[in-house]
This record gives sequence, structure tokens and C-alpha cells, in this order.
Amino acid sequence: MRQRIATTALAAGLVAVAVTQQVSRAAASAALDPETLPQHLTGTGLYAADDPSTVAPGIRQFLPQYPLWSDGLTKRRWVSLPEGTSIDATSELAWDFPVGTKFWKEFSLKGRRIETRLSWKSSPSRWQMASYVWNEDETDAVLAPPDGIPGLVEIVPGRRHSIPSRSDCIACHGASKTGPLGFNALQLSNDRDPNAIHGEPLGPGMLTLAELIDHGVLAPAPTHFIADPPRIHASNPLTRSVLGYLVGNCTMCHNGGADATPLGPSLSIRDLLEDADAAARTLTDRPSAWQVPGSPEGHSVVVQPGRADLSALFVRLRSRAPSSQMPPLGTVVRDQQAVDAIGRWISNLSR
Amino acid sequence: MLRGHLTTWVLALGLAAVPVSLTWHGSQALAAPAGTPADPAHLDRGAYLVRIMGCNHCHTPYKVGPRGPEPDMTRALTGHPSDFKLSSANSAGDGWVWSAAATNTAFSGPWGVSFAANLTPDPETGLGKWTEEMFIATMKTGRHQGKGRQILPPMPFENLGNLSDQDIKDLFSYLQSLAPVRNRVPSPIDPAEVQR
Repeated sequence: MRQRIATTALAAGLVAVAVTQQVSRAAASAALDPETLPQHLTGTGLYAADDPSTVAPGIRQFLPQYPLWSDGLTKRRWVSLPEGTSIDATSELAWDFPVGTKFWKEFSLKGRRIETRLSWKSSPSRWQMASYVWNEDETDAVLAPPDGIPGLVEIVPGRRHSIPSRSDCIACHGASKTGPLGFNALQLSNDRDPNAIHGEPLGPGMLTLAELIDHGVLAPAPTHFIADPPRIHASNPLTRSVLGYLVGNCTMCHNGGADATPLGPSLSIRDLLEDADAAARTLTDRPSAWQVPGSPEGHSVVVQPGRADLSALFVRLRSRAPSSQMPPLGTVVRDQQAVDAIGRWISNLSR
Repeated sequence: MLRGHLTTWVLALGLAAVPVSLTWHGSQALAAPAGTPADPAHLDRGAYLVRIMGCNHCHTPYKVGPRGPEPDMTRALTGHPSDFKLSSANSAGDGWVWSAAATNTAFSGPWGVSFAANLTPDPETGLGKWTEEMFIATMKTGRHQGKGRQILPPMPFENLGNLSDQDIKDLFSYLQSLAPVRNRVPSPIDPAEVQR
């Protein structure tokens, strides 16, 4: 099956050959001690052994259609799977990755790499996460300390990018279950949202859901996603893009899962795929424990139709004050494009 | 005026050394939530930890007793009283960095204003909907619910993060055994310079 797909991939002009063949080489070049994080990024297997400036064969780039806002930093993402393995897609919207899976995310500011983060499934019950910090001339990236590095580089005047602590990594990604957040059926769907906030066009060779299905990397293969790719089914483009933004920036916690913010509002991707407007209505007039300035005490709501200024979702998204901002970590600069879109969306809502 | 008066008083006493913990004898009702069998040994351990770690000093509103300010144990662990309004930070200066409100449940400093949480198991205003996993994560990470904003001073989460998981579980079991009290604690107030 995979050999057949390899032929298809080559025929399509992809730089890569079959995913599993590629991965076998990558895995061979970077068999990590399951307890120890390498001290240098080069030790994680991201780069070719004979050329540390080139991503190793078998490691594939991907691009979630609804990216997480990271203060405007430029990001690149890669994945590698161990040879001969597949992703357990029994739950087709919540994949379980094989031991040895690695994800990398590189952050750059004005063309200079700052850090590259690693998520590595080192055992059936553990994702190890760490960041590697690039030196000034970008010749090496070294493992950051467990507590991270606060305020490493200034992004905009008065606002600085921090290398996250490992406990902060776990706060969003979870230590044992969740793992990667931007690599799922909706984020990799071939039905990409042209209005996605901060959406980017796919580059050559970037993985898509269809390719994962075709290559047999997902098992069992959700083949119905070929003809009917996952899509946020909303009544208008703005609602689709806004809900997509919430998927990329909020549902790592607000997903209704037992271990993730059960007290707050939540959106499930399943609900968004089936009836996004109905899912959005669950936010409307939902009580918010967080007090919205200007709302009567004890009567704050997540979304008040027509009143973005009285909607906790909008006010907290707009804020970059530590105790009120959402998301609560990983960002220190307001996402004005998202603020404008969500403000417009709430203003357009009617009772 | 009241705030300023108590600020001086509380700081003069030293927040970590107020002797009123001696007035607490673990006499609060231990009503286990329905369906949650409470292990007396773990509850006792949790109550013991609450006593020795001084949880009442911030999470129980102070009153003025015969020996000075002391936690009002009729409102044990209910957090900052919702009817005690503090609309802005207390200005510090002249060598003072932070200050506490009259109840010793609200604290003003460079981080803004923090309010001690309601630790009783009220489902809407306390820990009633919290899971043990969330509570452990909060203690270990210093983040609200283990995922949200930073827990603010003077909560000594750096110390609490060193508790064993079992100790944190015992703490949680004990807190969940208290009678739920409805008291909606305000959200933190950010310092003015970052309110944008």
C-alpha cells in the first residue's frame, strides 16, 4: 500500500518519497534515549546528519489552516513518525501517535530563528517537550533550561518573547495524552478556509490529510474525508473563520474534555464539523465566571450578541494583561486582526 | 482609610507569622459530598496541612478579635468576601511594596490586586466543579486550574509545588469535605500599566 502511494507521491512531483521510507532514515539518524533530551537541536534528528542546514529526509513539513497566534512570529512545523508505524485514528478527530513521533516548531523574528520547540512521544504515556534556543549567528540551537527563558527577545517595543517553561508546555499540550495541537484532521484538511485568520497557502511538499490517508499513515483510514474533507460548516465565511480561529487558539483547553478547563466555555471539533452555527450559539449568553468590566456583577457572559465590549471572549482576547488575557500564556502581543474579526462577528450577531 | 489602617497593621504583624492559626482547632464540619466516601485519615491529613500551611491567613477573612486581627472561622476558607468592594489598587511607596486589605483576603502590589479564592466546594463560586487533577496541576504549575493565568502573590505556590501528590490529594479531599459556601470572589485586577 505504502509503496504504491510512494509512486503516487513522486508522480505528483513532491520532494519526498514515501513517508515511511523517509521516516526510516530519519529515525535511524536520531534514535533518542527515551529519558534524555539532547543538548543540541541537531541531536533531535531534525537536520540531515551530513548537513545541519538541511531538514533530514523523511521529515515532513505541515501547515495548520488555523494557526495559533504567536505574537506575529513566523513559524515552520515538521513531523516525523518512526518507520513502519501509523497513527491510530480510531478516534478520527483525536489521533494517537506512535511512540517515537516527533514534532518540531521553529519560531523566527524578522528572518532570524529564535527557538525551535520539540514535542517527542518518548513512551506510550509521555510526551516530552522542550525548546532549543538559537545563537546569534544561527549556527546552533541549545536546549533551554526547564524553567524557560523569560523575555529573551523584544518583539515590539515593551513586549518580549519568552522561551516557555516545560510546565507551561504541558499546560497546553498535556504530559500524557494531548501532544500536538495543530496536527489533526481539521487543521490538515484539504478543504482549507480561504479566510482563515493568519492563514497561509500550502507550500510544496507540505502534508495534507488526504496524503496521510492515501499513504496509509492513518489507521484505520478515515477515507470518507477524501470526498468530504473536514470543514467548519457555518452559515457565513466570517463565522467559519472566527470559529476556526477559536479552534487554533482556544480549544487546546476549551474543548469540553474532562482534563481541560471543564469550568469554562468549550467547543468540540465534532460539533463544529456538524453544525458550527449551533456550536457557536452555545457561547451566546453563556455565563462567564470572569467579570466583564461594565457588566452587572455576576452577570457576565462569554458572548453577548451585538455587544463585543460586554463579551468576555472579546474583552479577554483583546487584553494582554496577565490576569485577564486569553490565551493566558504564549502571547504578549494583541492579535489585532483577530480582535477586529471577532469584534465584527459579535457585533453582527443578533438575538 | 480602613484599607490603609489594616494595611499597616497586617504588614506589621508579618503575614506569615500571625499567631491566630492557634485559634483553629479543626472543628469545622466535615461533611463529605454525596457519593464521595471520605477516608478519615486523608481528611485529617488534609486538615492538618491546612492548619500548618496557614491557608486560613489569606483564604479566611480576618476580623478583629481580642488579640488583634484573626481569621473569622465562621467564614473559614471562603475567600475574599464578595460584599467587600475594592475597586482599585492601593498605592504603595515610601519603601512599601505591597499591602493587604482589612480582611487580609485582597492584596495590592506590582502584580495588581489579587483576591484569595473561595476554597469551599460551592459549585459556582468555589472548588465544587474542580477535579483532583486540576487541583494538583494548579499546585504544581502555579497556574489557575493548571492551565490558565498565573496564580498571583502572595499565594506561595512555589512552596506548595513541593508537596507530594498524596499531600495535595489529601488537601483537596479535605477542602471538598467542607460545607459549600456561596461567595463569588472578584477577578484579579491587573496593574494599571498593563490594562490595555
